[in-house]
Amino acid sequence: MAHGPAKGIGRWLFTTNHKDIGTLYLWFSFAMFLLGGFFAMVIRAELFQPGMQLVKPEFFNQMTTMHGLVMVFGAIMPAFVGLANWMIPMMIGAPDMALPRMNNLSFWILPFAFAILTSTLFMDGGGPNFGWTFYAPLSTTYAPDSVNYFIFAMHIMGASSIMGSINIIATVMNMRAPGMTYMKMPLFVWTWVITAFLLVAVMPVLAGAVTMMLMDINFGTSFFNAAGGGDPVLFQHVFWFFGHPEVYIIILPAFGVVSQIIPTFSRKPLFGYSSMVYATAAIAFLSFIVWAHHMFTVGMPIAGELYFMYATMLIAVPTGVKVFNWITTMYKGSLTFETPMLFSIAFVILFTFGGFTGLMLSIAAADMQYHDTYFVVAHFHYVMVAGAVFSGTAAIYYWLPKWCGKMYNETMGQVQFWVAFVGFNIAFMPQHFLGLAGMPRRYADYGLQFADWNMVSSVGAFIYGGAQLMLLFNVVMTIRNGKPVSDPKVWEGAEGLEWTVPTPAPYHTFATPPTVK
Amino acid sequence: MSKRAKALFLSLLSLVVSLSFAGSAIAASTGRELNMPQGVTEVSQAAYDIHMIMVWVCTVIGVGVFGFMFYVMYAHRKSRGAVAENFHENLVVELLWTIVPAIILIVMAVPATTALMKVYNTENPDIDIKVTGYQWKWQYEYVGEGVKFMSELNTSSDEIYGRAPKGEHYLREVTQPLVIPAGKKVRFLITGNDVIHSWWVPDFGVKRDAVPGLFTSAWAKTDQPGIYVGECTELCGLGHAFMPVVVEVKEEAEYNEWLAGKKAEAAEYASTIGKTWTFDELMVRGEEVYTRSCASCHQADGKGIPGVFPALKGSPIALGPPEGHIGILINGVAGTSMQSFADQLSEVDIAAVVHYERNAWGNDVGDVVQPVDVLNYKQNQ
Repeated sequence: MAHGPAKGIGRWLFTTNHKDIGTLYLWFSFAMFLLGGFFAMVIRAELFQPGMQLVKPEFFNQMTTMHGLVMVFGAIMPAFVGLANWMIPMMIGAPDMALPRMNNLSFWILPFAFAILTSTLFMDGGGPNFGWTFYAPLSTTYAPDSVNYFIFAMHIMGASSIMGSINIIATVMNMRAPGMTYMKMPLFVWTWVITAFLLVAVMPVLAGAVTMMLMDINFGTSFFNAAGGGDPVLFQHVFWFFGHPEVYIIILPAFGVVSQIIPTFSRKPLFGYSSMVYATAAIAFLSFIVWAHHMFTVGMPIAGELYFMYATMLIAVPTGVKVFNWITTMYKGSLTFETPMLFSIAFVILFTFGGFTGLMLSIAAADMQYHDTYFVVAHFHYVMVAGAVFSGTAAIYYWLPKWCGKMYNETMGQVQFWVAFVGFNIAFMPQHFLGLAGMPRRYADYGLQFADWNMVSSVGAFIYGGAQLMLLFNVVMTIRNGKPVSDPKVWEGAEGLEWTVPTPAPYHTFATPPTVK
Repeated sequence: MSKRAKALFLSLLSLVVSLSFAGSAIAASTGRELNMPQGVTEVSQAAYDIHMIMVWVCTVIGVGVFGFMFYVMYAHRKSRGAVAENFHENLVVELLWTIVPAIILIVMAVPATTALMKVYNTENPDIDIKVTGYQWKWQYEYVGEGVKFMSELNTSSDEIYGRAPKGEHYLREVTQPLVIPAGKKVRFLITGNDVIHSWWVPDFGVKRDAVPGLFTSAWAKTDQPGIYVGECTELCGLGHAFMPVVVEVKEEAEYNEWLAGKKAEAAEYASTIGKTWTFDELMVRGEEVYTRSCASCHQADGKGIPGVFPALKGSPIALGPPEGHIGILINGVAGTSMQSFADQLSEVDIAAVVHYERNAWGNDVGDVVQPVDVLNYKQNQ
């Protein structure tokens, strides 16, 4: 059969192989995860005590901005694209992605985007300092000169995401093995197809927003400049029309991962498969019509507030359906608690907790108190970190043996889980209290009444940061010295096409399509 | 495996329990608030009430769902000999857990709606106060009273940068608080001068963005005199954490006395514009104004921040003719953070700070800038 990988660096530069590109995405996203994590450590170190100790406020603002941008666009999104590249062809019985050359391009422009973005930190005037939501006019009229580089980097990231999504949609629509009907696809594939449609729909909106910024800054337009007849609130509507679907872009593939892992370690099929698919689609639809709940304090008329409040509350229904289905999958199963399962269970618990605070935030009258405080910071870290990052970590432990034919060390995996779990909760649980007690987000310094919880939170953040180094260590040790596995199934309860190919997965799989009954 | 799984389960449980106990213990021992304040207005009480309803609804659902989950994790472990069943569909339960949460949400929407209507009830105020967000201070204007002043952070940079011990009211003190009367419905008309800020007083339940080019409104009425501290809650640049909101609620009689005093002050002040100030008087006043209004960008030593905020030490504007220098303060510099100070600083303060910048840190122009020069500049524009 066909040839193996090319030799040397050319293998990685010119590859069109979905597994190689998946690997590139995963390593790149992990590097970005460490970079974004380093920014977070700077933030937490400065907030360890009241007063300014380590950095100046202007640099602090660059850190909060870059932390958000790098984590959202550099770590979480590419990580799930990497998982999609690796797993979707193997899950639907396809030999590769539908558009392999575009696949190479959509990865290789990313390092340039992030090199440009990170280089702004070393420019005169510093990097982006206006928050990852870059509200105008702070990000236009009042922005540092480097904002043009930021805009260019955002355009490249958007192009990469759009290409990646088109590729996934084309692959799933055209390359399913005979008999693999839509309603037989693994849930990870379903969640990714829906995510890909969200990306194709909203990434151009983000591109529009940053292009309007570019025009305002350099070509004298006034889209967002009140003095020229524009409207700063317009920016927020455009941004959140992208931004709200964006949070589901991040979490839906995480739902997919967990929906693969929980059945495996429950040794029982996923409960309510079709309702899971419909719930995912419902969440995706709702994500388009709730964006202004990020703007309850901006002074919208009460009719607008009520509409966005009701629509937002509705999201709890399909999200609840997913949680109930996961738990019912475990019910009367035969449960074991290997590391991927531990991360998945923690995902369900902590994501649900973040969902509860999300429901609280949807209540507009209460949101007047929560808005832009640490309560919000705690909420979105529960859904993004305990959601997306925990599920991504689960995915790595779950599929790593299939990828490299080596088993990770279970004890080390479980130790890493507990360090991450404890560190995460110590870091972010107190932030709920800080927010309710009145500490706004993006504060470089704070009053003495917030000192205790900030110190606790910083300690937790350092522990959680350490857990990520342990993850890196575990993965490297597995690849170098892990115990070889050759069982195609790897896990006793694993089901699906990806577990029918040999372990480790050969460079080319399903050159001849399998038949699905 | 069996022992390990049981140990894991027990440690998970004990962790959750011990964390929550540790949390409450720390909270109790330090006396810090863990919850949203009930505040002193109808709006803050409404926000608190709906918040608590949500907390309890979520707690009940959470205990039920997680309780069931922990039971499953305990009872259906392989190590206890559990054998997996194969069921994977049940239309009735799917419908149930779609419809029941939907009904709960509809019921919760009722108090949520009434609470929001209270927030928006800004009709028929007794007093209107215009609140304007500036980088990095607030301006309060008593509409129709001719009283207007800036409210700026009153914590020294020595305290912030650890060169002096932090006071009790660290970052919670301002030069002049907003003063409002008890028992009167006060409407706040909120806008921004440069970027978007957000004016928040937790005890009033009032948080409104201060957007340039837009007025938003909020209201407060309380019977409890006292000092209420809030914050700016929309990222507005490097001074975001350094522009607190302080509101003092006074009994009506005291308030009227205070307002009369402010009016008299404004009248008296108008008469000082004509006075001829000495070099040293202007230096002293100029340094005060500089520290308060300029040093956060241009820095206390006048050296600015390279690439962000220009240095004033040795600057051609500061060393050139005074008209150019006054012009920058009056008009600002379009497209930069240098805002117009015409509405923020009085003629005396502008004259003093221009004078100071021309004669401090080794700048030694040596001339004297008088308030009347500033007045003339404004009138000639």
